Amino acid sequence: MISFDRVSFTYPQANQPVLRDITLEITDGELALLVGATGSGKTTFLRSINGLVPHFSGGHLQGSITIDGRTTESYPPRELADLVGFVPQDPVTGFVTDLVEDELAYSMESLGVNPQTMRRRVEETLDLLGLADLRNRPLRTLSGGQQQRVAIGSVLTAHPQVLVLDEPTSALDPGAAEEVLAALHRLVHDLGVTVVMAEHRLERVVQYADSVLMMENGQVRNGTPSSVMAESPIAPPVIHLGRLAGWNPLPVSIRDARRSAGPLRSSLADQRPRLRVVPATTPLIARVTDLDIGYRSKTVLRDINIEFNAGEIIALMGRNGAGKSTLLRTLIGLHTPNIGTVRVIDIDPARVNAKELLHHVGLVPQEPSDLFEAHSVALECRNSDKDAGCEPGTTRALLALMAPEIIDSTHPRDLSEGQQMILALCMIVAAKPPLILLDEPTRGLDYPTKTKLADILRGLAETGHVIVMATHDVELVADLATRVIMLGDSEIVADGATGNVITGSPMFAPQVAKIMAPQQWLTVDQVERALNDIGQAE
Amino acid sequence: MKTPSVHKPMRPRWLHPVAWWVWALTLAAAATRVTNPLLLITLICAAAIVVAARKPDAPWGKSFEFFLALGAMIIVIRVIFQVFFGAATGNELLITLPGFSLPTWMSGLRIGGPIMLESLLGAFYDGLRLATIAIVIGAANSLASPSRLLKAMPSALYELGVSIVVALSFIPQLITDAVRIRNMRRLRGRSSRGVRAYASLAMPVLAGALDRSINLAASMDSRGYGRLNDQSRSERRIVIVLLLAATALIMIGLYGIFTSDAHPLLGLPALALGLGAALIAIWRSGRDRTRTVYRPDRWALPEYLVTVSGVVTLAIYVWAQARVGTNVSLWEQLHPALDTWPTLPLWGAIAFVIAITPAVTSPRPPSLTSFTTESQKAGATP
Repeated sequence: MISFDRVSFTYPQANQPVLRDITLEITDGELALLVGATGSGKTTFLRSINGLVPHFSGGHLQGSITIDGRTTESYPPRELADLVGFVPQDPVTGFVTDLVEDELAYSMESLGVNPQTMRRRVEETLDLLGLADLRNRPLRTLSGGQQQRVAIGSVLTAHPQVLVLDEPTSALDPGAAEEVLAALHRLVHDLGVTVVMAEHRLERVVQYADSVLMMENGQVRNGTPSSVMAESPIAPPVIHLGRLAGWNPLPVSIRDARRSAGPLRSSLADQRPRLRVVPATTPLIARVTDLDIGYRSKTVLRDINIEFNAGEIIALMGRNGAGKSTLLRTLIGLHTPNIGTVRVIDIDPARVNAKELLHHVGLVPQEPSDLFEAHSVALECRNSDKDAGCEPGTTRALLALMAPEIIDSTHPRDLSEGQQMILALCMIVAAKPPLILLDEPTRGLDYPTKTKLADILRGLAETGHVIVMATHDVELVADLATRVIMLGDSEIVADGATGNVITGSPMFAPQVAKIMAPQQWLTVDQVERALNDIGQAE
Repeated sequence: MKTPSVHKPMRPRWLHPVAWWVWALTLAAAATRVTNPLLLITLICAAAIVVAARKPDAPWGKSFEFFLALGAMIIVIRVIFQVFFGAATGNELLITLPGFSLPTWMSGLRIGGPIMLESLLGAFYDGLRLATIAIVIGAANSLASPSRLLKAMPSALYELGVSIVVALSFIPQLITDAVRIRNMRRLRGRSSRGVRAYASLAMPVLAGALDRSINLAASMDSRGYGRLNDQSRSERRIVIVLLLAATALIMIGLYGIFTSDAHPLLGLPALALGLGAALIAIWRSGRDRTRTVYRPDRWALPEYLVTVSGVVTLAIYVWAQARVGTNVSLWEQLHPALDTWPTLPLWGAIAFVIAITPAVTSPRPPSLTSFTTESQKAGATP
């Protein structure tokens, strides 16, 4: 269906090619998963399938890409629209119309499908993706998962034979991600659509894939999930656990892993995970008392009582729209509570001036680039020192420590997502606020960057900061958080040590916990240490 | 024109967007003809009443409030300019501001100095007129989102329409972005008020907008926007020739109409020929597209009623203006003297009543949110 023949591609004004001599074949009806580190060229690869690269991006493409007999050389993206459906990374920016139904019809209108057929296909697609209830809704009022399904539906109505998706689940909570993946699974199995999908959160998708395309330095290695994953540096916890336990063949799904895990479970039966324990008597940094927040007539948060102690790493979890971001924004004084009080050390964040606030609490926003305004990293760091009133060079020194590869002259917006996150974090940390808040810090980050971020945050917590992060990333939470607060229906549903809160939940449990249940292991790291302990004891 | 007193119960549907825009634009055209604040206020009220009755529960439905604020801002700016720079005319001295006189060759301008009641009132009336136009357009914007208007666009003009709509829909998005990024300044320990706060927004807001428009363009391209069918190249050449000829003819026609001593053939006939050529060009280039329209909006009785209500309102204003020559008191009604209290003429009241008829003659917009909750309830109890 899709064939790449010795394809190389160089962006204009770049000296390095992004894609190097790629030759591969994706057969009809296959679900191919594209994996690779940030900046390895995944998006470029995907965009080359429907001709956006090079027709839209510019640059020089060698070799040929053929989709069902049409080469992207002679067909620009609009002439491939009936064959290849392309769902971009951020569905909202790709929406052309206002309403769900109109958006679904848009591609067909451009293709000139006749009105009766259009009407029928819209109905079919609404049913196929479970969108029938939303047909009249304005697109901007939908949740993230719903928007992603509309974006998939909007290209599907053109009946493409190939569907290309760029990180369809990275912005979604685990439940919404399940919805989207279930819909994709159905397309592949019932309609025989060929799907090519890039995704960082491998733990969510690798079990659905028929093949994995591993992208490294512009080259692609192609194979079955378990063969590619066996050697891949980028792998979900289930693979790492399988490698640790020496399972063969390497399981890629929870189900397969659970069937192999019997011996491992029994050998660990007497062991308990070693946890990082926060001393019971650390100073109280912040406190939220009887908090109620609402906009107009809608309640967003109700009866929230939380105490934050130094050294804790707290994960806020819950559905999209459960109030996680609102709670963070309240802690930094961007919302004033309707009822209740917020205290960070001795101040009310909504009532102090910005200078003073900066030394008490800092927030790394969901889009770190919102904080940037300078045209180079060096200038951004100097401004940050000025804002924080600290020694010149503080921010730059922090950045050198956390991400030595970043150079001064780079434009902050040209940094990768992970680097932007770290730069924003440095700018916040420079003022030494005891309370550090992060909103979805791992969105779009690959595993190595995530590990690095986790180490940085752990280091900050050990020096007495409180870290509070709103996140959907259960693996990060399992690895990093000491305490989890689960929000649902505007209230705190659960608040306790990580192990106790997340292992019980089918939606929020990490892979290792699912494989090792009923034992309460959360990460591969914990299992590895326990195995080492056993080894030493013998 | 008498509007029917009883209208058929209509089930909720979208009124054809062209009907809303015709209604709004005719009201705006009426507003350009008067400075009587009472008449202008009736037009604003008409827009507000219809919006209150028929705006959809969608994000664009909320834009009317923004346009009201914009209107208020227009008036304030217009009056401030008058206070500081405008020529002082009239007799009633309000206050004398400190100022200095400019050289005589700039006699039209002034900085500071005496403020007259009359010139202030004049500026207020003028500002109100501009504000009315903005508010009435805002009403159309919230009743029918611009992107719905696109569907009714002839396909030859479709691409042009898309660029306008994309530009329009970016304005509210820019405002949302600016508010968000202004909040972010607080996170960096800076004040989120003052001129500097706004000045530093420019880079991040524009960079974000640029990113978004590139994404949108890529998405539209990959979804078949601008596809042509095969024989288009020769066809397109014919269309270009026709369009050029049409433009030339229309210009000659307009020249002929506005110059009294031109050859009579240069006037209306040339204009008609030009418009004809333009229509043929639009039709021919439309044939060239493969576009179809999903569930096109219908044009039925309510659409006629809404359009007619706007046209009749405008007609009344035009009629009043045309009769100024024979009826001197009409001039006072349209443009009241600045030293007397303006009055609302009977014809203005009648026009107001006609202008608000769409509040009842148009169908309700489909409910966008309650639909979901109802069907979810239905789904929950099978």
